[in-house]
Order: sequence, then structure tokens, then C-alpha cells
Amino acid sequence: MNTITLERWRLDEASPTIPAVETMVAFERVQKTYDGRSLVVEDLNLTVRRGEFLTMLGPSGSGKTTTLMMLGGFEQPTSGHILLEGKAVERLPPERRDIGFVFQNYALFPHMTVAENVGFPLRYRGIRGAEAKRRTEDALQLVKLAGLGERRPAQLSGGQQQRVALARAMVFNPKLILMDEPLGALDKQLREHMQVEIRRIQQRLGITMVYVTHDQSEALTMSDRIAVFHEGRIQQLSDPVTLYDQPENRFVAGFIGDNNTLSCEFAGTENGLGVVRMADGTLLFTTGHSGQARSNLTVSLRPERLILEGPGSRSAENRIPARVLDRTFLGDRVRLTLEAFGSERLVASVPATEGAAMLPGNRIGMACFAADCLTLAR
Amino acid sequence: MTQTLCLATSATRTSRLGAALRRAERPNRLRAFALALPALVFLIVTFAAPIGLFLTSAVRNSEVRAVLPQTVAALDGWDGRATPGEDVFTALVADLSRAKEDNTAAALGKRLNYESAGMRSRIMSVVRHLGKFSQEPLAPQFAALDPVWASPDLWAIIKRNASPVTPYYLLTSIDLGQDAAGSVRQVEESQAVFLDILGRTLWIAGLVTVATLALGFPTAYVISLAPSRTASFLLLLVLLPLWTSLLVRTTAWVVLLQTDGVINQALLALGLTTEKLQLILTRFGTVTAMTHIQLPFTILPILSVMKAIPEGQMRAARSLGAPPLFAFWRVYAPQTLPGVAAGCLMTFILSLGYYITPALVGGPRDQMMSNFIATYINRDLNWGMAAALACLLLVMTLSIYLVFLRLVGADRIKLG
Repeated sequence: MNTITLERWRLDEASPTIPAVETMVAFERVQKTYDGRSLVVEDLNLTVRRGEFLTMLGPSGSGKTTTLMMLGGFEQPTSGHILLEGKAVERLPPERRDIGFVFQNYALFPHMTVAENVGFPLRYRGIRGAEAKRRTEDALQLVKLAGLGERRPAQLSGGQQQRVALARAMVFNPKLILMDEPLGALDKQLREHMQVEIRRIQQRLGITMVYVTHDQSEALTMSDRIAVFHEGRIQQLSDPVTLYDQPENRFVAGFIGDNNTLSCEFAGTENGLGVVRMADGTLLFTTGHSGQARSNLTVSLRPERLILEGPGSRSAENRIPARVLDRTFLGDRVRLTLEAFGSERLVASVPATEGAAMLPGNRIGMACFAADCLTLAR
Repeated sequence: MTQTLCLATSATRTSRLGAALRRAERPNRLRAFALALPALVFLIVTFAAPIGLFLTSAVRNSEVRAVLPQTVAALDGWDGRATPGEDVFTALVADLSRAKEDNTAAALGKRLNYESAGMRSRIMSVVRHLGKFSQEPLAPQFAALDPVWASPDLWAIIKRNASPVTPYYLLTSIDLGQDAAGSVRQVEESQAVFLDILGRTLWIAGLVTVATLALGFPTAYVISLAPSRTASFLLLLVLLPLWTSLLVRTTAWVVLLQTDGVINQALLALGLTTEKLQLILTRFGTVTAMTHIQLPFTILPILSVMKAIPEGQMRAARSLGAPPLFAFWRVYAPQTLPGVAAGCLMTFILSLGYYITPALVGGPRDQMMSNFIATYINRDLNWGMAAALACLLLVMTLSIYLVFLRLVGADRIKLG
């Protein structure tokens, strides 16, 4: 990990290594309860592939952190197995799992220097002296902190502390690195910078990373795959694009990105498209409905897929008359709050150039493609 | 030229700004001072001033000056080699006649007796003999009362104590004394008790500190890890003794430790011992009772530091490969150091001043510095000695405090 040439680095950037599908971690029917009554994690089945960046995303209390703690060895599953490279590790204490862990508040040791912090895991692996020094320096260089080894953690900024925690978790070449909301304490700009940085290091070294966050945009930016947790279950496990474009249920549709979720009923099919009836009786062409449920359905429609009627909307299947309730200027785009389908509220995000003329109270025509209207049964 | 002017202007502006700031903040400072004033006055009047005044009696030396003014004046011309001249004896008789009327002779005798054993009776016999001295010469008549009156050493002591301050009490408190010529030397072994008492005081305080740390650290650790409801209950148990009077707790230990007390009865009943153990009036009993009383003072600072150590620290250490004991020793324990130092300092300093517990639970060999101070004040009425010992204790306490402060201060910086 110490000598990676610039060319190799460029190569990595241009064509991210496609990981061979090889299982690093497997959760098999894992359950966890703290009080013996309610399950924090219900019947978890999840595999993490070697070399991938997997994010566990969910609101607080969804079971994602508990899952991470079980993998790290700080919590024991109530039932089920956790396999690390094919071996069950439920009974293995954390110090023998060979897993790097980056904690929410970094958990740097305040009484040690940065170099001592980073060198800490090496001492328990029999690496001492010049070799330990070299590896510590390499790790610090990798996170762009070369030369700050003699500082105390308290003398570093939040972002630098975050980098030290990362270097410390990587320096001993662990099998995988776990991160528990590592960027939560940083301001927005630094957080976005670190997202890119962590992803860069992960891809460069080909490390398997399991990342926990409640920030959906962070998950979309960084991950190879995302597991959306809610109420102790994985709601959907897929790559970011699929997760955004094809949410499998109402929770995922609402949790990932801005969305309009409107209730509707099944009305039939036409030309291979589903037709649903909205609250006020309007019919809408949709895609995605495959189940048997006929009532209590939901249409998911992204704000940016709701377009103003015009040349671009000619081939769109759906026309939606609406009334503007509110308009928010966001710079490049304008966010419109609309009333349509009787008294339903919709949010549309249109380019600023088109939305500039829209004023509250205006009646306007909106349109959308059937492919962007996703019917969800759950 | 322009530049110089510019600099000057900026310097003026800075100083004007500083003055403005001071002016603006003055009302706040005055208000803060006014609020603290009652407490400050109270402390100075009732605490700082009396104690300061009391401590000066460690060097105060008024008796000889007050009672023997003429003798002192007459001794001014004495060379210190032989028995002083007749004028000195005449002055002494005059001074003591006045002292007899004023009832101050006994105080003088007592004071001089500290310097040289037998002085009190010598003075008193002269006082009793006052009417019976014939005219001249007085020196042989004095020598007839006690041959020591002819010795220049005796007169040297009187002359030396004419000074308004004396190093006598302070020197004695560290087992030093002055010989007749005034040079400092160690006192005889039979008289040298105070360093022994000081050493004993430090040793007992040290034992108590170590014992409270050994018992308190694990307790604090358990409380810091316990769920909040359990933790507050445990904390209540720790604090409970503090709400009971010190005297009551000490008396409870007397009840427990006495020869026919609960502990001995229990040990006998359980067949663990065959005869009653001497627990009361021993060093063991003293240290046990003091440890019990001091325990909360050690636990609380350690606990507050432990509570501030994030849970993630141990987890991080273990995730990085440190087995639990190593993680504790290398990561957790060093971070508790400020609390450990503060707790130990508190207990050590408080233990140095213990009085009632050693007095009730300890034997004669377990009495600490405070007991001797009390004895000098209450029984011997020797305030000079009491003040000197108090000074010694105070200096000891302050220097230990400074040493701790430096150690812990340095550690703080290291702890970041």
C-alpha cells in the first residue's frame, strides 16, 4: 500500500476495479433483541462482497448501527450467524476479528500523539521499530497528514481528526473497515470533501468497507451498494441508481431523495402500462405495478421528473393540471409547490429559466412520463 | 516620514482602544467585585486575619522584653564572656519586683524554661526571695540561690530573647535548637520528637490515600459503567457517609473496633480467631476508619473524569487489536490520571490534618500533627509551639499541593 505509482492510480480512477463477486461477510438469519421483547434486527440476511463499498442507510433506530456493532464484535447476535470469510465469528472478541473500525466521534486517544494513535494497532500485531514507523508514515501520507505525527489529536481540526481515525483503522491492513457515521460531526463542505476522499482511498486500496449513515445523499455519493434499513429489516439492497430510480416500496421511495408519494387505486392496464386512478378520479399511466393489490397503492414521482408542459413534454403520457401554491428560488432550479388531483400537494423541481414566470396562484399544466410514475404496492 | 506618522497614529489608536475597553468594562468589574465583597470581608475578618495573627505567634517573643526591660537594657553592654556586672543583677531585681506586682513572672519563667530546663524554678525562687536580698553585691546571693546564675550561658539566653522575634518555636518544630552561643544544632535524641510526628503524619496520610485509591478506583469504574438509575443509587451509597457527622462515623468505628466490639465478636463466633484482636487504639484501626471517611473524596473526582471518557475509547482500542486488559491499561487508565491525581491530592491533604479520628481510634503512637497542635493549645498553653507546628503542617500541605499541581498540570498538557 505504500508505493502506488501515479499511473496505477490514474488507471484506478478511469476504470474502477470491478470486484470479483466473492463473499467477505455474510449475515445469516441474524436477529438481535436487547430487552427480550422487541427485535432491533429482524431476520437479517446480507452479504458483503470483497472490495465493495456497502452502505447501511436508514433512520435512527432502524437497526443499522446494531448490525455494524455485531459485525465489529461489540454486540452479540441473539440468534443466527455472522460469517467473515466463511468462518462464523459471533463468539470472536473484537480484537481478534481483524476489522478496522472508524467511530462516530473518531475515538482518538487524547493522551497519545497522532503517530502513536496510528501506530497503536501495529504494536498488537508484533510490528515494531522501523517497520511500524514506516507503516505509520505511509498511512498518514495516504490520508494527507504527513508531518503531523507529533501533534496531539486535540491540536487537529475535525477533518484532520477524521483522517487520523481512518489512517488508524487502515494501517494494519484489516480484512474490512467499518465506519459508523464518521462524517456526522463535520460541516457540509468538509463532509462532501471527505466523502470523495474516503471513496478515493477505498477504491485505490480495494478495501472492503461497510459504512453506516442516515444521510441518503452521502450513501448515494459513496456506495457501490446500499442496504436501506427500516424497523430492523433491509427494505432494499441495490446500487444507488437503481435505488433512486426504482424504489421497491413506499419507505425507500420516501427516504431516498425528494419524492412525491401519492395514494391511488388500480384502474387497469393499457398498452403494457398500468393505469391508476388518483384521489380526484384522474387516470395516470404508470409502470412498475406487478402485484395483485388493487387498492391502497402509491405512485412515486420524483420532483425533477414532473415537467412543465412544452416542447419537451409532447411524448409524455400524463398531463397534470395544477395550481402553484408556492415558489422557492434555488439558483439553478426553482422548486414549485403545487396543488393537483383535487387537494393533493406535489413538489416539482424545474429549471430556473422555465420556472421564473410561475407565481403563486397561477394555473399551469404539468406533464410526466409513465416510466417516471412508479406504482408501489408496499 | 508618512510611514512613521502612520505607525504613530496606529499605536495611538491601539492604546486609545485599550483605554476605551477598560473604561467600558469597569462597571462590570466593579459589580463583580461588589458581589463578592461580603464573602471576602467575612473570610478576612473571621478566618484569614485570626489565623494569620495566630501563626505569627510562632515567632513572637514578647515575654523577656515586656517583663525585663531594665535587665535587657543593662545586658546591652555585656560582652557575654563572664558573669555580668552588678548593674544587671540590680536591674533584674527591679524588673522582677515589678513583675511580682503585675503577676507576669510566671509567664516569663515558663517562656525561659522552653530554652533551658529549670529556668522557671530559678526565676520563681528569685521572685520568692525578692524581699530578702541584702544590698550589695547581688551576684553571690543569686549564686547561692542557684549556682547557674553565675553562668554566662543563662544570661546569653536572656539576652538573646530580648529580640521581639525568635526562631525557637520553628526550629523546635523540626527538631533543631540553638546553643548558648546562638548557633543552630540538632536537639538531643530524647527531645527530637517532631520530625517523627511529621513523618508519621505523612505516612498515615499516604497509607490512607493508597487505600482509598485501591478501593475507590474500581468503585468509580463500576459506577461510571452502570446504567444511570443504578449509577445514581450507587453514588447515593458513596455520598451517604458524607451526610453523617464525622464524629458520629468515628464513634461508629470505635464501637466496631473495640475489644468487645462487633468485629471481634463476629470473628470469634465464626471461629476465625481464637482470641480477641487489638483493633482499637492501633494504627490499623486509625487507617481503616480514616479510609472509610475519606473514600468519597477520592471516588468523586475519579468518577467525574471517568464519566467524561467516551465509551468509544475502549471499543476503539479493542477493535485495533488490544485485548481488554491492555486496552484498559494503555487507553483508559492514562485518561483517568487527572481524576486520580485530584482525588489522591484531596484525600492526602485532608488526611494530613486529621484530628478527631486518630484521637479516638488510634493509640498514642498514632497521634498526628493536629493532635499535638491541640495539646499545645489546650493543655500546655504554648501557643508559640502550636503555631510553629501549624506552620509546618501548612508549609507541608502547600508544598505537596504545588508538587501535585506541577505533576498533574504537566500531565494535563500531555493529555491534551
